Amino acid sequence: MNPPSILLDGLPVPFVNGQTIMDAAMAAEIFIPHLCHHPEFKPQGSCKLCTVKANGRYVSACTLPARDGMEVENNTPDLNDKRRTLLQMLFVEGNHFCPSCEKSGNCMLQALAYELEMLSPHFDPFYPNRPVDASHPEVLLDFNRCILCELCVRASRDVDGKSVFSLSGRGITKHLIVNAESGRLADTDFSWADKAAHVCPVGVILKKRTGFAVPIGKRRYDVEPIGMQVERLAARSAGEEG
Amino acid sequence: MSKECFETERLEELLRPLVDRHHADPLQLVQILREAQELVGYLPPALLTATARALRLPRAQVEGVAGFYSFFHLTPPGRYRVLFSDNITDRMLGSGELLDRLCNRLWIERGKVSEDGLVSVDTTSCTGMCDQGPALLVNGQALTRLSGERIDRISELIRAQAPLADWPGEYFRVEDNIRRRDTLLSAEWLAGEALQAAIGRGSEAMLAEMQLSNLRGRGGAGFTTAIKWASARRAPCHGDDGLRYLVCNADEGEPGTFKDRVLLSSYADLVFDGMSVAGFSIGASKGLLYLRGEYAYLLPALRENLERRRRSGLLGRALCGQVGLDFEIDIHLGAGAYVCGEETALLESLEGKRGIPRIRPPFPVTAGYRGQPTVVNNVETLCKAALIAVRGGAWFAGLGTKQSTGSKLLSISGDVERPGIYEYPFGVSVDQVLQDCGAGNAQAVQVSGPSGVCLAMHEFSRSIAFEDVPTAGAFMVFGAHRDMFEVARNFAHFFKHESCGFCTPCRVGTSLVANCMDKIGKGLGTQYEINQIFKIHRLLHAASHCGLGQAACNPLFDTLQKFRPAYERRLCSLDFEPAFDLDQALAAARQMTGRDDPAAHFGLAARFPGVAS
Ligand SMILES: Cc1cc2nc3c(=O)[nH]c(=O)nc-3n(C[C@H](O)[C@H](O)[C@H](O)COP(=O)(O)O)c2cc1C
Ligand code: SF4
Ligand code: SF4
Ligand code: FES
Repeated sequence: MNPPSILLDGLPVPFVNGQTIMDAAMAAEIFIPHLCHHPEFKPQGSCKLCTVKANGRYVSACTLPARDGMEVENNTPDLNDKRRTLLQMLFVEGNHFCPSCEKSGNCMLQALAYELEMLSPHFDPFYPNRPVDASHPEVLLDFNRCILCELCVRASRDVDGKSVFSLSGRGITKHLIVNAESGRLADTDFSWADKAAHVCPVGVILKKRTGFAVPIGKRRYDVEPIGMQVERLAARSAGEEG
Repeated sequence: MSKECFETERLEELLRPLVDRHHADPLQLVQILREAQELVGYLPPALLTATARALRLPRAQVEGVAGFYSFFHLTPPGRYRVLFSDNITDRMLGSGELLDRLCNRLWIERGKVSEDGLVSVDTTSCTGMCDQGPALLVNGQALTRLSGERIDRISELIRAQAPLADWPGEYFRVEDNIRRRDTLLSAEWLAGEALQAAIGRGSEAMLAEMQLSNLRGRGGAGFTTAIKWASARRAPCHGDDGLRYLVCNADEGEPGTFKDRVLLSSYADLVFDGMSVAGFSIGASKGLLYLRGEYAYLLPALRENLERRRRSGLLGRALCGQVGLDFEIDIHLGAGAYVCGEETALLESLEGKRGIPRIRPPFPVTAGYRGQPTVVNNVETLCKAALIAVRGGAWFAGLGTKQSTGSKLLSISGDVERPGIYEYPFGVSVDQVLQDCGAGNAQAVQVSGPSGVCLAMHEFSRSIAFEDVPTAGAFMVFGAHRDMFEVARNFAHFFKHESCGFCTPCRVGTSLVANCMDKIGKGLGTQYEINQIFKIHRLLHAASHCGLGQAACNPLFDTLQKFRPAYERRLCSLDFEPAFDLDQALAAARQMTGRDDPAAHFGLAARFPGVAS
């Protein structure tokens, strides 16, 4: 008997039971845009960048288990248009000034914006007020860029066993908090050795005093578009950054 | 109470009895926070720390939960917290003016606490009193039928710091307003009759009757109840002490809906019988009633009712004398979050967490509360199940239409002479309903709330049924003199306020469309904003994680289709108008200098003062 497979943009892609559409695609080195997904952590399904059409219905590729014979659309104008709008939403929701950001070139949000040809943020920016937390000796938290993907939350809770990060608020006021009455990272047991220190897909959790060690222009997504780096994305381990 | 006196020790002492009462169970976090807030007035940082320690939870998790629900306060609110219900029906009855009047009388600004900490006045999502609005909550207690006179008296009572117990009882009176009874509302049975009937039939036979009845859920989705029950009954429990659960969804947060409120206040025996029948049929020994925080005033009577049931052998061990047949019911209070009506968000909330809808599959019938097989049913669905236990599935299937058997309770409000609860067999036409409730000049009806559908006059011949116009019960009527743009704008802000924020499209999209509507409302919109709304509607419909986001733009889409002139007469041109509004940018300066004359405005607002608020 053949192994079960899905039809991804017309291409048969095998999977093993329990794998999601995202898992199957990644294993076959097919790129489905994603931000909140990371192969090392429990799927979350919140950014919705991975929205695909499975048997005619819009679903999240990172959370939906693959089923034999499932027909999945991924790289279509309609889906890429929706993803572009989602990226624009994330850009205007926070404060993202790429030219002055030290994550520039290593940032998945920026890389996806290039990949999906997002030419402008399109919507009026919200300019939220999100003060920076520089209290920690090793690490700076620049909340301005947080896209609320909860990777740091999952890493700290599920791997580090510390629950340094959590979300509070609701709706558009939802925001990242740290595990201290003072609200300061310095008053938590966070350390640069934590998994959570290395998972942020954008430029929130930054090691102090190392910002521009690799010059802009030579960084991960400067060298090769994110859509060509599926093998690396699939093999990602949070020890190595991003 | 002042901030200084919250030393850790005192807080821990204060918390201990209520933590003990909940067996230090972290799954009771929402209940514990509610009770702690009742004692302290709000949830200061040190209290969150102490709660986290007592429950052995990460502090950030406790803070995250406290920060999620509207009725939890992380900073001190006024000692009198006044929240005006902000549904469109309240507004149509003048709630906006009454809010301003109260603020003026009390010399306070909306949304801010008075300097002496005495009072704060703000709005909250629909409190479920649309048939007797305008309504408000003061310290969580519901007030109805507000008038200018009552507002003046309330301001005096607050200034005199009169305890709520000394306020006129009349202010707190909540009427049932039952206007039309059919099979459910005319049932006059004793508590336990339906449960006894179900036990008499046996659980297999009871399920067969449910199947025969073809009852479909009354909470909105219309899922066949028998299939849900049978799946949960079949699903294996997990772990050694695995139990099945039955959850009654009494979150009733959809604006314009208040039928569950009436069932819970005057048909509680039937609700609890329905829960027990369902529990018996699926093999659950525990039932949970999730009651929205706005209905906290019902709690004492509901608890008393449960006590009565326990005394008469209808609750607890050996139900109706059957050894081995146990069923307990707990009541959980919500804390102000519409999304918690969504069944998986409700389960999260029951487990003491932020009310975020879960990823499905797995579905609650296989992995629900505490990961166990769980049935979640609406209050009305369970009442119907009680009827079926007594009178049989075939009888029920004979009522209503083929695909929509039985009757439906409608919560009717808005521009009608007789607002209230109307029970009809499914299949009734919108026209008929409008005639019965005295809606002379209706131009539109919002059926099933903002998440539902807006019907225009040419659609009034359609019928209320799953095969035509499905509904969870809301039926808001808008007379010819109403501005349908303002109706849609109110709904857009409702969704923005209630989005849980989990997924990108709904979290950001609901804000974007609310902004678009405000811009159009100020006369600064163009065709561009209208196109934006359509685009965001398509995205939210496709990519949102749960029904809230999927439906969030429905009312805008409907009104844009059916009441386009209400939008177009506000558009300042058919071209793009820059989003940056110079006039708005000066608002802060105007406020500081106390000016609002034409010379203090720019552009359109200078020509028509008062256009830009
Ligand atoms: C945003 C949202 C809010 C909801 N609110 C309620 C509610 O207040 N009461 C309710 O019974 N169902 C509500 N539902 C539907 C529930 O998810 C669920 O379908 C229902 O409780 C199942 O019960 P039923 O089969 O008896 O209808 C809501 C759904 C969504 C998406
Ligand atoms: S800090 Fe980074 S990893 Fe954490 S939620 Fe924000 S964007 Fe995601
Ligand atoms: S659609 Fe809205 S309410 Fe539903 S999960 Fe997403 S953000 Fe939350
Ligand atoms: S990657 Fe699937 S929702 Fe974020």
